[in-house]
Parts: sequence; C-alpha cells; structure tokens
Amino acid sequence: MKSVDIRNLSITLGHGAKAVKILPDVSFSVGEGECFGLVGESGSGKSTILRCMSLLLTQWDGKITIGGKDVRQMPLIERCRTLQMVFQDPYGSLHPRQSVRTVLHEPLRIHGMDNRQERMERAITEVGLPVDFLDRYPHQLSGGQRQRVAIARALILEPSVLLLDEPTSALDVSVQAEILNLLSDLRAKRGFTYIMVSHDLAVVDYMCDRFAVMQAGEIVEILDREALDGNKATKPYARQLIEASLEYDSAV
Amino acid sequence: MSDTILDVKKLCVSYRGEGGYNHAVRNVSFTLGREKLGIVGESGSGKSTVGRALLRLLPTAEITAEKLRFEELDVLALREKEMLKVRGRRMSMILQDPKFSLNPIRRVGEQVAEAYLTHFKCSKAEARAKAISMLEAVQIRDCERVYDLYPHEVSGGMGQRIMIAMMLLTDPDLVIADEPTSALDVTVRLQVLNILDKLVSERGIGLIMISHDLNLVRNFCDRVLIMYAGQVVESLKASELHLAQHPYTQGLLAAQPRIGGGRGRLSVLNRRPEWKEPIEVQA
Repeated sequence: MKSVDIRNLSITLGHGAKAVKILPDVSFSVGEGECFGLVGESGSGKSTILRCMSLLLTQWDGKITIGGKDVRQMPLIERCRTLQMVFQDPYGSLHPRQSVRTVLHEPLRIHGMDNRQERMERAITEVGLPVDFLDRYPHQLSGGQRQRVAIARALILEPSVLLLDEPTSALDVSVQAEILNLLSDLRAKRGFTYIMVSHDLAVVDYMCDRFAVMQAGEIVEILDREALDGNKATKPYARQLIEASLEYDSAV
Repeated sequence: MSDTILDVKKLCVSYRGEGGYNHAVRNVSFTLGREKLGIVGESGSGKSTVGRALLRLLPTAEITAEKLRFEELDVLALREKEMLKVRGRRMSMILQDPKFSLNPIRRVGEQVAEAYLTHFKCSKAEARAKAISMLEAVQIRDCERVYDLYPHEVSGGMGQRIMIAMMLLTDPDLVIADEPTSALDVTVRLQVLNILDKLVSERGIGLIMISHDLNLVRNFCDRVLIMYAGQVVESLKASELHLAQHPYTQGLLAAQPRIGGGRGRLSVLNRRPEWKEPIEVQA
C-alpha cells in the first residue's frame, strides 16, 4: 500500500496578462492505508485535484508522488495499476452498450493479466454481486449495482490507491449505506489508501480519518475526524461549513 | 380542516405495458392544508409520479382516483384548456435541477417574467418589475443585473432560487417541490430552504416537498408520507419520525450515517416482499 503526497499543485489557464489561476496552491499528504476526505462547496476544486492525480488533467504544475514515485514519471501501465478512480454518477460512467463482462475484461486484456475469468469472478463477488451479473448490461442494473460494478472495475487491476469522486451522492440513503459498508470492508480487507471527495460531512465522518476543507481552490484547513463532532475547526469557513452540516444533521 | 387545499383519495397511476397495466402509484390518499407535507422514499418509489399526477403532467399514464380535489376543482374532470389556467398559476412545481429546467438560450429574467405574462394581463414592463421584485424576495443581490444573465452564467444555488421565484411569482396556492435542493451543497441548501420556508409561511401556500433526504424532510416539513413501491406505507408528523412503526421507515432512518455516529456497520435495508402488499394509510 502506498502513501500519497501532493506538493504545490496549481493550475493556471491562459497566458501572460490574461492568465487565471484556478487552483492556487494545494499541498497535503495521505498516509498508507488512510482514508482522506476532501470537502467543500461545488466549484471549490475537490474533483479537480483527483483529476490531476489521475492525470485526466495534465496541465498542472507541482509535484504528486504516490509511494515515493512521481506520477508524471510513471509509465501509463504502472500508473493504472497504482491508482484507480470511481466516478460520481454510475449512470454516466458505464458504457451503455458494454456488458459487465466487457467492462471488466478490457483492463485485464490491456494489462495482459492471466486467469481472467477467475479475476472477473473474484472482483464481482468482492463487491457483493452474483457471478451471473457478468452478462448483464448497465440498463439491467439498479443505481447501487452500477456503482458496485464501477468499483469492481477499479478493483480489478488491484490498485493500491482508490480515488472516490462522490461515490454515493447519486444514490439513495439505503443504497448509500450498502456502498459505504462495502468500501469500508474493502479497506479493512485490502488496506487501500482512499482519497474521497464528498459534500456530505456525515459520509466523511463515517469513512475518513482526516479531511481537508476546501474553498475556491484552496485548502482552508485540514482536520481530524474528531473535530467534526462539536465543531473544533478554527478557520471561519470550515466552522461555518461544519455548523451548517451539524444543523442539518441535528434533528436526530 | 376547513382550509383544505388538496384532497386526494385512492390515487392510482398506471402505465400500459406488456400484458396489462403497470401500477406506478397505488391507492395514495392524503389531504393537504396550508402546511408543508414531505413525501420521502427511494428512487422508483413513485414519489415524483404523485407530484406530476397532481398537475396532470403525465400524458402517457392512466390516472384514476376516487377523489382528486384541488380547492373547488375536480382536477381529473378538467379539460386540458382549463388545466392550463391552473398549472403554473394556482398550482406549480419546482423541479430538481436548475441546469436542466431553465431554457439555456433565454435570459433568466425573461423566463421568470414569462410566468407572469402568461397568466396575467399586463405590459412587459410591469412583468419585468414584478419579476425583479420577486428575484429580490428570493434574496438575489443585484437583481437588475441577474435579470439579463443566461442560465449558464448563474450558479446552481442562484438557479434554484430563480426557479423558486418563477414558481412563486403567480402567487399559487399549492407548490410541489420535487427534490428542490438535492443538486445543491449543504450550505447553499440551507439558504434556499430558509427562503422557501419564509415565502411559504408568509403567503400561506400549501407545499408538497418530494425528497429522498430524511434529514431535510424532518427539519423542514410538518408532516411526512413515506412511500415504498408506489404506496404510502406510513404517515407521520415530522417531529415524530423516530417513532416510525413500519420496518421500511425504520430501515431508512438506521441507514443514515451521522456526524459523530460512530463507525459501526450501517444497517442495510432488508427488503421484504410483504411491504408490497396493499395497505392503506390515510393522511
């Protein structure tokens, strides 16, 4: 399992006088096997950080290392074996005309892995779906099942870092609970390093050990999970965000 | 209740499918006064369908009911032409996502003013003035400027406030809000809810809030209907939600992670076939 370190990550668009900095200067590090949360309002740059890490965005400056290696220096094959991403919307992130088998088979083929049938079966059972689901198409699956398939797709290459971009925000509470349980089981079993974007602080509290509060591309404050209960944040924006969530969550 | 706005008895919505009808909503009965009623349930439980059926926005569905009375009108007996005078004027709907429900190639202010122009005889200048004062009421700063913006130039929270302004401009008696805040962040969500709450209580509007978010409904509404598989399985006062009797409601409550709620396994709903058996709940 690998640790993640992000130093002075910034994105500037445009040139010269028109240049705009959309992500000023982000640094944080995540330990091995840790679950790190990124929270903040929409447009604060949470997902952008994940996209930079997975090199879905390439136009950034700074340094991102995973397990001591610079992601930019890693060959593509190695990078994909190291980190995988689960996207927000299970309705949009699976190809509608590819069966689950195709979805899971493709990465195995690209990476030239052996025992493909066995690996596919293991991945699909690991996310709690029956093996005959391999022959289903996305429209034959519910939202929660699709998200499980998306997680299985990420797991099949046995990465050590999982990037989760709001994995449950498109799902109902009851299904969300299933996915969160699954994610925490997987972490206990395989010791993944998670970096999780969410705007639901209750989910962050359930999953993460530490989390960063972001606003307008900057990390306002990095807090421990314990700081949520009773609002021990020191920066005004972080306090405000936690307060709003507590108020929202209060009528228990 | 003397000032009942809406009286629904045994509302059923069905779609014609292979070999007969699929029932999307079965025997839903409730009444609504000048209050805030929440409808919760998972996706596919028929909550949005109920909302749309009330406005007769389901052209392909068969809607039947023993009674569907909106003030003095029998909604199911109205002709489409008469329905046009009710829809948007006396009964309106706030949709989930402002990104998709605003016309992307028209200025937002015009779209708000259009709601007024359609239902009232007035000049364009009057409608503009009305729209601007309404935008002010939903706490949009610098309304004159916002009026001339296009939907892609406003943020999600502002878009949703514009939708609310549009729907409340005609001073309706009943507003159906279909997941009005689920596309928004927590901080903005509270602002939007507060605005909605204030306007609804000031004007004495009946509000039906459709949501899958139990916390929201619990904080915001007076009464809650819980739907499962097209039926209302339970009706409760929002403040007494924790006293829920039906196992589905209890399951939903337990599945919710909470801040400071510990790391134990979240309980997962164990769906039982008998929950789909017909039951009748009068609310």
